[in-house]
Amino acid sequence: MEKRSKIKTFPFGGVHPPDLKHSAQRPIESLPLPTTVSIPVLQHFGAPSQPIVKVGDKVKAGQVIAQAQGFLSVNIHATISGTVTRIDEVMDVSGYKRPAITINAEGEEWVEGVDLSRALDRNIRLNREEIVKKVQQDGLVGLGGAGFPVHVKLTPVAGKQADILLINGAECEPYLTCDHRLMIEKGPEILVGVLILMKALNVAKAVIGVESNKVDAIAHLTAIARDFDGIKIVTLQTRYPQGAEKQFIEALTGRQVPVGGLPLDAKCVVQNIATAFAVYESVQKNKPLIERVVTVAGEDLKKPSNFRVRIGTSMAYLIEAAGGLPEGTGKIISGGPMMGKALNMIDIPVVKTTSGILVFGQEKSRRDPVLNCIRCARCVAHCPLGLEPYLLMNLSENERFDDAEREMAMNCCECGTCAYVCPSKRPLLDYIRLAKTFITQKRKEKAAR
Amino acid sequence: MSEQKLTVSLSPHVSSPDNVRRIMMDVLLALSPAALWSVYLFGFQSLRVILIGIGACVFFEYVAQRFILKVKPSVDDGSAAVTGLLLAFNLPSHIPSWMIIVGSFVAIIVAKMTFGGLGNNPFNPALVGRVFMLISFPAAMTSWPVPLLNRWKFVDAVTAATPLSVAQEGLKNGTTSQQLLSSLPSYQELFFGYRGGCLGEVSVFLLLLGGLYLLYRKVIRLQIPLAVIGSVFVFSAVLWFFNPGVNMPPVFHILTGGVFLGAIFMATDMVTSPMTVTGMVIFGIAIGILTVIIRVFGAYPEGMSFAILIMNAFVPLIDSLIKPRKYGMISHG
Repeated sequence: MEKRSKIKTFPFGGVHPPDLKHSAQRPIESLPLPTTVSIPVLQHFGAPSQPIVKVGDKVKAGQVIAQAQGFLSVNIHATISGTVTRIDEVMDVSGYKRPAITINAEGEEWVEGVDLSRALDRNIRLNREEIVKKVQQDGLVGLGGAGFPVHVKLTPVAGKQADILLINGAECEPYLTCDHRLMIEKGPEILVGVLILMKALNVAKAVIGVESNKVDAIAHLTAIARDFDGIKIVTLQTRYPQGAEKQFIEALTGRQVPVGGLPLDAKCVVQNIATAFAVYESVQKNKPLIERVVTVAGEDLKKPSNFRVRIGTSMAYLIEAAGGLPEGTGKIISGGPMMGKALNMIDIPVVKTTSGILVFGQEKSRRDPVLNCIRCARCVAHCPLGLEPYLLMNLSENERFDDAEREMAMNCCECGTCAYVCPSKRPLLDYIRLAKTFITQKRKEKAAR
Repeated sequence: MSEQKLTVSLSPHVSSPDNVRRIMMDVLLALSPAALWSVYLFGFQSLRVILIGIGACVFFEYVAQRFILKVKPSVDDGSAAVTGLLLAFNLPSHIPSWMIIVGSFVAIIVAKMTFGGLGNNPFNPALVGRVFMLISFPAAMTSWPVPLLNRWKFVDAVTAATPLSVAQEGLKNGTTSQQLLSSLPSYQELFFGYRGGCLGEVSVFLLLLGGLYLLYRKVIRLQIPLAVIGSVFVFSAVLWFFNPGVNMPPVFHILTGGVFLGAIFMATDMVTSPMTVTGMVIFGIAIGILTVIIRVFGAYPEGMSFAILIMNAFVPLIDSLIKPRKYGMISHG
């Protein structure tokens, strides 16, 4: 064929919801330290960390307060200096009460050895093994949303070697701009972070994929990347769910991850932009993961913003800083509008995986009435995984979970595209989740037998 | 602040602005040029058929939902109006009003509401209504007022056979297709719609215009219309190639009868067509072949409605056999 579009994307499905990135031109703002933080001991995918402090203990920012339990776990650190006042259960994003350590702020003390200077440090002194160990100690997890421990992805697997590192700067969710701002403001640091990850993985190539709605970030990173061997910036078409791991891999490499497999089976490792920055701070600056950038956005909000905040800060504090909770707020979402979680209160701590807080008015908060399926086939055409959401919902409604499993319900990544495009406003994803829950339970029972 | 009630629901928290009502309104809009053309050609009578068709369908749906099913009537979704307009498009302009009402009853009550309303009907309701009328009122359903001549006549319309029935009769009586073509409207006249026939099927040009609008609005996909028209063309071309004397040429086949109306607006009915792109192509090709078979070998001069209804019955089978390409179905490497 003659001229094909140069802009890459995944081959089928997906949708482009309105960007609504109102806070894209708002520089990252560091908020004054909160008076108290509540730090959940489970903020990652894996085993909860074990608290090693007692009520009344004095802690410094960056000090380990809960230790990793096993391989699939990471350390948790104090994010401010002060006194541990409570170790009990606190409502977190999941909507359940979970163990957390609460610290009241006193002063601004850091543990020894943290380099708080802004000078760029390009000289990577640690070797492969040391890097892997360091990121687990410093509590690094994927900051894109799933919170998968970074060191697990960096640990070599026998017989499997990645040949490329992919850095996810797609930020395909509407509203969110935290990664966008980070790319603009911390470009060189991110690229050094990428070099560190490349060294740990022993790969010579890295590609940073950014969606085309962030032209300034693409231009900026491309200019800096000239000084970094092996790192390439690639523009991706703006299309949801470009940032979902499987779609991201296929968009950049054309490879598919086999069903039930890992990105490593496609010779890839994927890390998020914000994770690369956190890796830089950990390895080069000896700074554990105690803060992150969070987008606070929503149509009615006075001041949509990007805040750099300490983990454990109450979301209420962030919303206050963005102009306060608007009159008539109907829904508050942690994360993006497509995959985020609706919260039942606003006094919930920011965790490592909190990328955004969205505030919706009453009008936007309710779902539209559900109509019959008119078999328009949009869910089938838009599913990025080639599933048939209408069929899965039908099977799930009729409790035919074995059939749903055969129709590959477990392959659903819960991106929500089907429910988004449905003209009858059917809760397709709700029912697919239901089927997945039953299938998982059945598999567990089978394994136990 | 803690007094404020927050909605907690699962993701996604946003949905596309498209909805059923908008889709149906788009279909009505896409059909309107052809509707206006029919009023130009057939005058007041055409307007009467359209209004009674839409009115009766909406009325029956409302009554069925309100008084029989005892649910909140959803006639405002526009689907009954679309059925009514499509039924009217498939009728000749001087059909008696009570027959339209009977046809609407069959379309809405028998073909749609008994199956559970919008989305659950296996067959295209408008076509079920039309075929019921064709079998029950064969004379009224096949007397075609001559275009332009009858615009202000309320009774005793001057009728003439449609090009398709002229051709069928002629070929049966031994006239060759070449002779027939010279006595029938030219391709250009057929394309722009200067001919007799059902209300909505006459102007290929205006139907195409509506089809392009629906494509642009992503209400229909290209696959079904292309497959239907393409397969009518190819299959009739094959017959014509081997025996040009007793078969009409392919261009004549696609420009006459209800090929474009059926391909663009009836076969593409979401409810009664397959869910996958491959399925749509198979569905469309089969409709085209069946149409030509009925036209050439069957008793009726036109076979589009029967072909679509027959293939509607195969949709569940097509959907269970043809699956979309799934992500990640590759061997572990």
